[in-house]
Amino acid sequence: MAVAELEVARLKKDFPIFDTEINGKRLVYLDSASSSQKPRAVLDAMEHYYETTHANVHRGQYEIAVQATELFEEARGKVQQFIGAGSTREIVFAKNVTEAINLVAHTWGRANLGAGDAVLLTHMEHHANIVPWLILQEQLGFEIRWLPLTPDYQLDLTDLDRLIDGVKLVGVTAMSNVLGTLTPVRRITDAAHAAGALCLVDAAQYVPHLVTDVGGLGADFLGFTGHKMLGPTGIGVLWGREELLDAMPPFLGGGEMIRDVRVDGFEPTDLPWKFEAGTPPIAEAIGLGAAVDYLTGVGMQAIRQHEIALTQYALDALTARYGDDITIYGPTDAEFRGGVISFSFRGIHPHDLSQVLDQSGVCVRAGHHCAKPLMRCLQVGATARASLYLYNDEADVDALVDALANAESLFL
Amino acid sequence: MPGLEDLYREIILDHYRNPRNRGELPTPPAHRVEGFNPLCGDEIVVYLTVDDGVVTDLKIGGQGCSISQSSASMMSAAVKGKTVEEARALIRAFKGMMSIHEQRLDGEAEATAEADAAANAEVKLGDLEALQGVVKFPVRIKCATLSWNTLGQGLDEVAATASR
Repeated sequence: MAVAELEVARLKKDFPIFDTEINGKRLVYLDSASSSQKPRAVLDAMEHYYETTHANVHRGQYEIAVQATELFEEARGKVQQFIGAGSTREIVFAKNVTEAINLVAHTWGRANLGAGDAVLLTHMEHHANIVPWLILQEQLGFEIRWLPLTPDYQLDLTDLDRLIDGVKLVGVTAMSNVLGTLTPVRRITDAAHAAGALCLVDAAQYVPHLVTDVGGLGADFLGFTGHKMLGPTGIGVLWGREELLDAMPPFLGGGEMIRDVRVDGFEPTDLPWKFEAGTPPIAEAIGLGAAVDYLTGVGMQAIRQHEIALTQYALDALTARYGDDITIYGPTDAEFRGGVISFSFRGIHPHDLSQVLDQSGVCVRAGHHCAKPLMRCLQVGATARASLYLYNDEADVDALVDALANAESLFL
Repeated sequence: MPGLEDLYREIILDHYRNPRNRGELPTPPAHRVEGFNPLCGDEIVVYLTVDDGVVTDLKIGGQGCSISQSSASMMSAAVKGKTVEEARALIRAFKGMMSIHEQRLDGEAEATAEADAAANAEVKLGDLEALQGVVKFPVRIKCATLSWNTLGQGLDEVAATASR
């Protein structure tokens, strides 16, 4: 099957970093699950803002302050459209998905969880959707239950009905940042609602790669991160159903998030600014808006089709060349997974693999991928992880496959 | 970019493929101490027996990359049979080679690099000098020093237990 759903050679030219050479070799960037590269359009949007209309938002009455506010709020509107949200009131800008989940934990969680309550998480979660709940559990004393894995790297839903009974919140990743598994989000949100629980979806690996419709997923809260979807660092999004966000107490206190402050109290302002204390990351929001425009221009359907084809190509190429010497942790059918490929290779430690691949300009992640409970399920300390995005092509995959042979000759 | 031959010297690969003093010791009488590299998930377990101020036995457990494993293996060979003071001097010399100098709060911080160099001149690192190339790969320094920091912690714990 031809992988050329996208004209990758043309797309690569939009990303200045691909002009860089590493060790005299072209950059083969296979770590987009950690952070994606940025197209010129995003960099230009941020630079143009700083050069022409930078001022604080929601404060000044002068022309450039008005323009800055318009650009900032326009970016919020782009994000709203991109994920199918009903209103910009539901789009809260946060630092990243980690902050988005912490926001829910420390506002909704603090107001709704206590001794005798329960939260259901999964063994597939990133630390960002584990540690905030562990911190809160220490303070409030609720129970945390865990949905386990099946041997074929899916969530084991066998005991879902029993585990979800009496739970107030379910936290689930939409796509594993280690396994690439696309989880049955709709099935889980339906089960949560049937049990009277809310469902928070960690969509950090999902929103950048698939058409996202928060209503279709049935989520109550959904978080994601700008820098994994061609945007800058320092900006992420919490989407929440408006009535839930409305009922929640504020998170961080300060300027921007208030309607009135007296010496004996305060009144928070409207959504979404109630959750955006202090001067927000304005340029970063504008950059994220430009990233959304870029992704929409290429087409999320086309990106998904490209990634299915390229992921299948990679899975096939790695197993054809190395057979039983490579262990891939994740589903084998690219239709049902994302382009995140974690693997072990001939017992060579992932650090050493990554170091050797770097000599060939091939960038992969090595480590526990901020998912230590999952690593314990897999009974490994670390894996190597190659992850694909719209700017990757078969030549990038071939470079990975070839470079692995260098590790083989060095360590074995 | 420095070449891989700077990092993966043959003696390092030998210790990686054939780690010395690998295993466990019964606790007690041995002391067990764990070290973690939180960035990458490497874990090391050091078992050590100290008798009359001498490290009489030492075993290494855990998992990690070739650099952390070979460093631990070389450390075990270098430290076994040495006095606690000699072991501490080795730790300091090794960390000095990794460009890590203890920060002091008594106003002598600027002198520590020179002091370490002078102290290290008297310590024979031997095979351990093969790990010198790690300095050219800054992200791997933590791999090389994991076992040494863990040993240092273990010696501190043994001393604290003995003085109780």
